[in-house]
Amino acid sequence: MAEPGQLELSSGADGPEARIRGDWTLPHYQALLQQVRAAEPAAQPGTVDLSGLAALDTAGAALLARLLGPERTQALATTAPELAAERRQLLQAVAAARGRAAQAPEAHRRWRPGRAVAALGAWISQGAAQLHRALAFTGLVLATFASRLARPRRWRLGAVSSQLQRTALAAVPIVALLTFAVGAVVGLLGMTVLGRFGAELFTVDLVAYAFLREFGVVLTAVLLAGRSASAFTAQLGSMKANEELDALRAEGLSPIEMLVVPRVVALLLAVPLLTVLAVVCGLTGGGLVILLSVEAEPARLLGLYGEVGVSHYLAGLAKAPVFAFVIAIIGCLEGLKAGASAQSVGAHTTSAVVQSIFWVIVLDAVAGLFFVEVGW
Amino acid sequence: MSASELAHGQPAMRVRGLVTRIGGTVIHDGLDLDVHRGEILGLVGGSGSGKSVLLRTLIGLRRPDAGQIHIHGQAADPLGQRDGLAHRIGVLFQHGALYSSLTATENVALPLIEHAGLDRPEAEELARVYLALTGLDPAAGPRYPSELSGGMVKRAALARALALCPQILFLDEPTAGLDPIGAAAFDRLLVTLRDALGLTVFLVTHDLDTLYAACDRVAVLAQRRVLAVGSLEEVAAINEDWVQAYFNGPRGRAARTARETP
Repeated sequence: MAEPGQLELSSGADGPEARIRGDWTLPHYQALLQQVRAAEPAAQPGTVDLSGLAALDTAGAALLARLLGPERTQALATTAPELAAERRQLLQAVAAARGRAAQAPEAHRRWRPGRAVAALGAWISQGAAQLHRALAFTGLVLATFASRLARPRRWRLGAVSSQLQRTALAAVPIVALLTFAVGAVVGLLGMTVLGRFGAELFTVDLVAYAFLREFGVVLTAVLLAGRSASAFTAQLGSMKANEELDALRAEGLSPIEMLVVPRVVALLLAVPLLTVLAVVCGLTGGGLVILLSVEAEPARLLGLYGEVGVSHYLAGLAKAPVFAFVIAIIGCLEGLKAGASAQSVGAHTTSAVVQSIFWVIVLDAVAGLFFVEVGW
Repeated sequence: MSASELAHGQPAMRVRGLVTRIGGTVIHDGLDLDVHRGEILGLVGGSGSGKSVLLRTLIGLRRPDAGQIHIHGQAADPLGQRDGLAHRIGVLFQHGALYSSLTATENVALPLIEHAGLDRPEAEELARVYLALTGLDPAAGPRYPSELSGGMVKRAALARALALCPQILFLDEPTAGLDPIGAAAFDRLLVTLRDALGLTVFLVTHDLDTLYAACDRVAVLAQRRVLAVGSLEEVAAINEDWVQAYFNGPRGRAARTARETP
């Protein structure tokens, strides 16, 4: 009995007649839609014979309601008494739904030049609002930090040390391994390029300057931007999604003091510490390559490293707290900006990593220019 | 298929000797259940009694450790025959589970495009009919799930569950998180749709009002099996601690009174 649905049109005494046959169900929807569309431009059928109708489901009912129109669907009780009551109900429910659906405003998304300008304007004003918010948040964190500084009982050393363990101690292996490897690569490059001029030993200077001034701190900051900024955003974002931040506020506790300040302080300690580690590992990696390539005494190598001025080391280390602060602020702020959904937490985590790496590199370039101009 | 046809013949769903284990814990042990065609069956049970696990097993997301599930006389193998079966069951998850990257209309249109082979404009037109059928405000169609209220999400998710014209609808806590007015409207909507579409509905609920307002029969899940199934009065009369506490506690009495004095 499973016969595809069909719409047969013929001309009768009072206008066109329509005969409905077969299954009006979702599998035949496509074919039936073509038939209904073809029937529509002609005058609405005067009489509709539903006696041949086999199976009917919601999709088929939607098509029938479209063919019949709202008035005649409501009048089915009198015009088609052979139709089972529950089918009539279905048709009438769907016809009513079609009527409501037709009131829906069509979403027009056509492109117009004005929209592009508006989008650009929205983007710029959004950017300005973001910057404003970031600065306000920075101020809030600094003010909270300063107001607690005078009261050692509210330093929350427990939270700071727990964060320090997660951001610094847990990052030691990856920072050590990565900087060692980069140090070795810089050493190899130096040996290859400088070796052509017979100046292999200057590779020592290359590795030392690179790591003391730039690579130590920048590699650490980029790694922590990926590791800790994302973690901060994900932690605070999921806490916000779980309404934990609202619960803290409702209990009269400050999320900035309880959650943000410990993370900022922990990162302010972690990045300089890890930078020292990164410098040591980078110098070791580079030094090992030099020792293996040139027949030099380890003591000589250490002597050459010792000749590099301490000001280079300080120039590198001075950037560490700045990077740490930027990474922690961006990570925490993105977490607080996250919405209630897991999707939003994910989007803000990505944004936190991208932003913090961006600002680390921009600030490093600015600092590099500044140090050159000042002559440090 | 008309309601009179639905009333006869084999049950819409037949479960025999179902055993499920999670880790070493036996959740269901020899569970039997029949769901008749065209009825609304409510499943109740205490927290941790395995209601959600049973629902997940019935819709094929979990493989039973033993026992058979027949849907319309056909063995439901969770991993095989997904295509054939998936078209005939609709599921409303507890939190709606709308796809967050699609609008409400696109959520309903997706199964129509993927399974029924409709073009996008046709699918979206039909989707708007489904959304209106479940009583969603037409203006909410182009909005994303995050912009919808809890009740609107439930309605949109119900429209998605109905999209492929299923014969059996599975609902997990359909009124959880709705305000009493929204929950009562949802109960009425369920009965209306069942009557109009000839659906068989299996719903898991804690909501006593839903049981009284919408369900034809109630099944009690306790002691790792379906302890009792029958009309509310029959089930409420069973002499078991949890059943008595549930139906004859203050909330149970209030819900019963509410039905008797409409």
